[in-house]
Amino acid sequence: MVDGDGNILLPGYKSVDGGHESAEPLKSSTEAQAGNPQPAADRSKVQALILTGFGINCEEEFAAAYRLAGAEATVVHLNQVLHGHVSIHDYDILNFPGGFSFGDDLGSGVVLANKLRYRKNDQGRTLLDDIREFVAGGKFVLGICNGFQVLVKLGLLPDLAGTATPEVTLTHNASGRYEDRWVRLQVNPKSTTPFLAGMDTLEVPVRHGEGRLIIGSPEAAAAIEARGLNCLSYLDEAGAPTAGYPRNPNGSDLHCAGLTDTTGRVFGLMPHPEAFLSLYNHPDWARRKRADPGLSEEGEGLKLFRNIVEHIQRQPSASASVQPKARQASI
Amino acid sequence: MEPTQRTIQLLLRPDQHDGEGQRIAEAARRHLGLHTGRVQSTALYTVRYPLSDQQLRDFATHCLQDPVLHEVAFDEFRHGPEYRSYILVAKLPGVTDDEGISAQNALGDLLNEPLDTHTQHIFSKRLYFLEEALPEADLRRLAQELLGNKQINRFEIGPLTDIRDYTPRPGGGAEPITETVPLTGLSDEQLVQLSKDNLYALNLEEMQTVRDHYAGMQAERTAAGLPLDPMDCELEIIAQTWSEHCKHKEFAALIQYRDLDTGEAFEVDSLFKTYIKDATSEVDRQLRANGNDWLIKVFSDNAGAVRINPESLFVWKVETHNSPSAIDPYGGAITGILGNNRDPLATGIGGARLLFNTNVLCFGNPEFDGTLLSNQLHPRRIFEGVRKGIEDGGNKSGVPTVNGSIVFDDRYAGKPLVYCGTGAVLPMQLDGLDSWEKNIEPQDRIIMAGGRVGKDGIHGATFSSIELDETSPATAVQIGSPITQKLAMDFLILATRRGLIRCSTDNGAGGLSSSVGELATISGGAVVELADVPLKYPGLRPWEIFVSESQERFTLAVEPAKMEELLALGREMEVELTDIGYFTANGYLDVRFADKPVAYINMDFLHDGVPRKVLEAEWQKPQAQEPTLAADLDYTDVLTRLLGSLNICSRESVIRQYDHEVKGRTIIKPLMGATGQAPQDAAVVRFNFESWEGVAVSNGILPRYGDLDAYAMSAGSFDEAVRQIVAVGGKLPNLSYGDGNFWSVNDNFCVPDSVYDPVSNPDGKQKLAKLVRMCQALRDATAAYCIPLTSGKDSMKNDFKADGVKISVPPTVLYSMTAKIEDVRRTITSDFKQADDVVYLLGETYDELGGSEFYQFFGELGANVPQVRFEAAKALYILIGEANDQNLIQSCHDLSDGGLAVALAEATFGYGFGAEVDLPAGLPVPVQLFSESHSRFVATVAPEDVVAFDQHFGGRATRLGRVTSDGQLTVRHASQPVIAADCATLRHEWTNGPVNRIIGFGQHETAQQ
Repeated sequence: MVDGDGNILLPGYKSVDGGHESAEPLKSSTEAQAGNPQPAADRSKVQALILTGFGINCEEEFAAAYRLAGAEATVVHLNQVLHGHVSIHDYDILNFPGGFSFGDDLGSGVVLANKLRYRKNDQGRTLLDDIREFVAGGKFVLGICNGFQVLVKLGLLPDLAGTATPEVTLTHNASGRYEDRWVRLQVNPKSTTPFLAGMDTLEVPVRHGEGRLIIGSPEAAAAIEARGLNCLSYLDEAGAPTAGYPRNPNGSDLHCAGLTDTTGRVFGLMPHPEAFLSLYNHPDWARRKRADPGLSEEGEGLKLFRNIVEHIQRQPSASASVQPKARQASI
Repeated sequence: MEPTQRTIQLLLRPDQHDGEGQRIAEAARRHLGLHTGRVQSTALYTVRYPLSDQQLRDFATHCLQDPVLHEVAFDEFRHGPEYRSYILVAKLPGVTDDEGISAQNALGDLLNEPLDTHTQHIFSKRLYFLEEALPEADLRRLAQELLGNKQINRFEIGPLTDIRDYTPRPGGGAEPITETVPLTGLSDEQLVQLSKDNLYALNLEEMQTVRDHYAGMQAERTAAGLPLDPMDCELEIIAQTWSEHCKHKEFAALIQYRDLDTGEAFEVDSLFKTYIKDATSEVDRQLRANGNDWLIKVFSDNAGAVRINPESLFVWKVETHNSPSAIDPYGGAITGILGNNRDPLATGIGGARLLFNTNVLCFGNPEFDGTLLSNQLHPRRIFEGVRKGIEDGGNKSGVPTVNGSIVFDDRYAGKPLVYCGTGAVLPMQLDGLDSWEKNIEPQDRIIMAGGRVGKDGIHGATFSSIELDETSPATAVQIGSPITQKLAMDFLILATRRGLIRCSTDNGAGGLSSSVGELATISGGAVVELADVPLKYPGLRPWEIFVSESQERFTLAVEPAKMEELLALGREMEVELTDIGYFTANGYLDVRFADKPVAYINMDFLHDGVPRKVLEAEWQKPQAQEPTLAADLDYTDVLTRLLGSLNICSRESVIRQYDHEVKGRTIIKPLMGATGQAPQDAAVVRFNFESWEGVAVSNGILPRYGDLDAYAMSAGSFDEAVRQIVAVGGKLPNLSYGDGNFWSVNDNFCVPDSVYDPVSNPDGKQKLAKLVRMCQALRDATAAYCIPLTSGKDSMKNDFKADGVKISVPPTVLYSMTAKIEDVRRTITSDFKQADDVVYLLGETYDELGGSEFYQFFGELGANVPQVRFEAAKALYILIGEANDQNLIQSCHDLSDGGLAVALAEATFGYGFGAEVDLPAGLPVPVQLFSESHSRFVATVAPEDVVAFDQHFGGRATRLGRVTSDGQLTVRHASQPVIAADCATLRHEWTNGPVNRIIGFGQHETAQQ
């Protein structure tokens, strides 16, 4: 958040040691049981939980995005959740950042999805069980890049059948290579997800090697299109959805860069809106600023985070701040 | 007992496009001239874990198979009917198999039980089918040159009717025994032979010193119950500690220098001390006298550290990984980048957060079409392998690769140079202690964290200290696992913030021997129990355990009282921690295996006992003259072809495969502008999301100039890196009292063997003289700009010998610079911003085409190598900083390879602008266009700022013309056009140059329907 003169309006000081600073990281189970106080969370704010560990690597900018959007961001190691030291039900939005979880050795996101689907906690529940309950309760899930891949491999996107069975997949780019380049996306006007409310187009970087969406059957493709679940498409220079490289960097079916589930509350995309929080992330910032000295210093990607935070703020009943029960249950 | 072995094969469904197979077929045709027909790629997983049929089926279908993409076969090698031959690519025993480990992890999740991680149960392989029935020799070539590397892979090949499988069977082999190595009574020849046979890389004098040391220790060793002769582990420790790689003996040597032209002679008492350390001390004195006390740690730890602000340190380190990259380009580069990451991570207490990576690569011509020497890899293959290693090393660690450079010269065809740099940030205080200090108390525990130990990388430190030849050992190669390291890195960050670690260091060259040996100098000794070290597989001898360079490991010093909490954190984060001993103060490195001694070495002898080298250097100015070129050159054509030449053309295909913006902090990326194709001079990265403070990063490297004058080459490289930072808006340090404007520079010398030997190295004295002159230039440059060095490295034996031929790198130095940027929003990019902005040349052009790309284009070297005029350069850099403070500069691009003409062209690549330029009277046109005189820039200025700009720069700025909207580059001299080019055409030539052609541009494959 910056004012017109570029002064930062965010509290906080100039320590470079970001990331985990607001999110008391990784308590051992003994500490949690001893009832050590959690960080002084401002429960009046929207609560975003951001998972990390095992090769996830975009958690810092993800957290910054939520903080800039006015939410409280908590970064925790995945084992904190799997071992029951942190409950996702204490939060409003569950976030899967990008990275290379488990090295993407068996295919991007596969091992992490497998862990969420099969690894059981002491109560015999999997994290997938918890996430489905979380979504059914009106809460939100966001996956970016590797996080999107995890949600797809888990079957939470697009989840046409509502059974968390994989219906589409994300695989190697048609170019056969990893690529970092900026693309322009169109928001599907049919999409109803609050994440993209009021947005028409969006510039963002892609940074992936396995972002090619393949839809398992023509029926699934038709259903996705009919319900507008293909919420983001790659655009060519003229502003039309494209299959052409490099504007469509991976050759996805339906030129698709992102999906929602049928509720619009689970959302995943390959490009990185959290990498465009400031104007100065854009490769053409200097020329644009010369052309328009009054240009906003905020990056377009931040809008998406503002959207969801404001949406949750408008629904007081859905806020985690009035549902502290799960936290007590986990102690 | 043999556990049952089952095989799972994943095949793409027939309606899915096999991109990998298609790429292999294309590469075989393009690079090897082999016609494979169609290629089918499949994945194999061999499972040696007792599973029921149903469990195996569930594992395959739920954990491995992607239902949209794959079909699964069990215990068979399924393939299409049209295929005739096969290639199986498996891993040799002990080679890192991340895919197998991940599959094992998934199996554990599926079964909901932790699998014994001490044993590898699942082995991943690739199995390819080829349509053509190729002869064995062709299949083997394809396997070795495209699909794997014989140093790390086992290949099975042949006709389809006879498929052989291979699964590594680690273990067996030697017992944990320690032998003694008698030295007494050996002749000089025998001592030298022993050193060579055992890869100690010690010379005769050093071997004699060791022998004499043991001869004098007999009473003491008898009393301690030790054998009189040195034990194998002791000699390995000494060889590692005394290796050139670890001890920098040539940079510490006494050098007798003679200038044969002038007769001048002098003695250099250590290059490092004279030209690097003392020069930086003088800079530091000047900085402190002017209230700039940001230089915190230089030359004394894994990386240098400077203060960003009262809360934070910036940590910066650049290293090379040349020898391993020559043998296994992918493995060498990935371990290079991961190894270099561990340096800032383990500086001081440890736990710095990595901010960015850089890399500078020197290769032979990738289009080389001559005959290769034995065991020499093709330069294209080295290029592709190294590039992939840097991609995986950076991307999978979540560290952006923000900057780099690639230099081509045929003399890098034997040994490539692979420089990896990492910048990181560290809080000044960690749990109330100064983060940059390393403290250890006796009785502190020694903890090994991260990966396990195998035979990989044994002798890396000594091996990199000798020249490569065709018999270089395979065990010197290591494979990196970025994810293992990422887990260790995440762990280290938390453990240090919680005060659980006294200090840490990296296990790099020399393994535990180096890391424990160095940490032990802090407390004054250590006891290590090697039987406790976790191994990848049995069969290692104690000395192998101690010197193995298996990757992704840290050594930690931990207070006994903190052990429990530390181990709990390790369990939670799934990082293996092992207590392998404790620090002492008795002056000995005491290494045991199951309580039996394997080494007991006096620390003073180990660290200070190496005899000093005395070397000779002789300088003579090379004979060189300026060539006569045709008077009627078509400069438009020359410029066009220069833009498409190997050393100038676009590197976009390489750059885009590196993630240069993870962490969301990269402000100036390698390529910018609306097109994303305008090359930039230095990268700029902000430190966090709460302030606009950041750091600029640049690289200076100009090996070609060294053929004319090593001093000018070194000075020019230094200036190149400085002016790149100035071009993006960085300011020189120490301009005003307490300005806090830190600079941190790493020097990396990579030279051929420079020790004279009448037979094997007859021009050694000349080479050493070049090194001396490079160091003199470094000293002069640091003094002139008041820029300190904070860390550095030298790599002294960059020669490749085979079949009686020696390929030696040209003496090369890289200056890797970082400088504070007060406000990243005030930085400047190189591309033109708006039509009618006025184009200026800043700085002065001289008749200095010697060593230029322009001469190179005509196959000439010339004589007039560019000189750095430090005082004039510094004054100009100060003016630029002041002009930027007044918002007078719209774009700024430094002039380097290809001079003014290339810089003007590149500045148009960002948007579609053109430029109209009139060259002033004076120097000849080719000099004005292509001279590579240092300390110059092309800058643009808004029309309304021209008066102020002229006034500010006075005679230092030459008005050249204006930016145009028509996309044409027009250069006139005396009203006559000398260049008239379409900028889109120039960009096309630049973009479709040899680098992007070779690496490929990532066009989509045509999907087969």
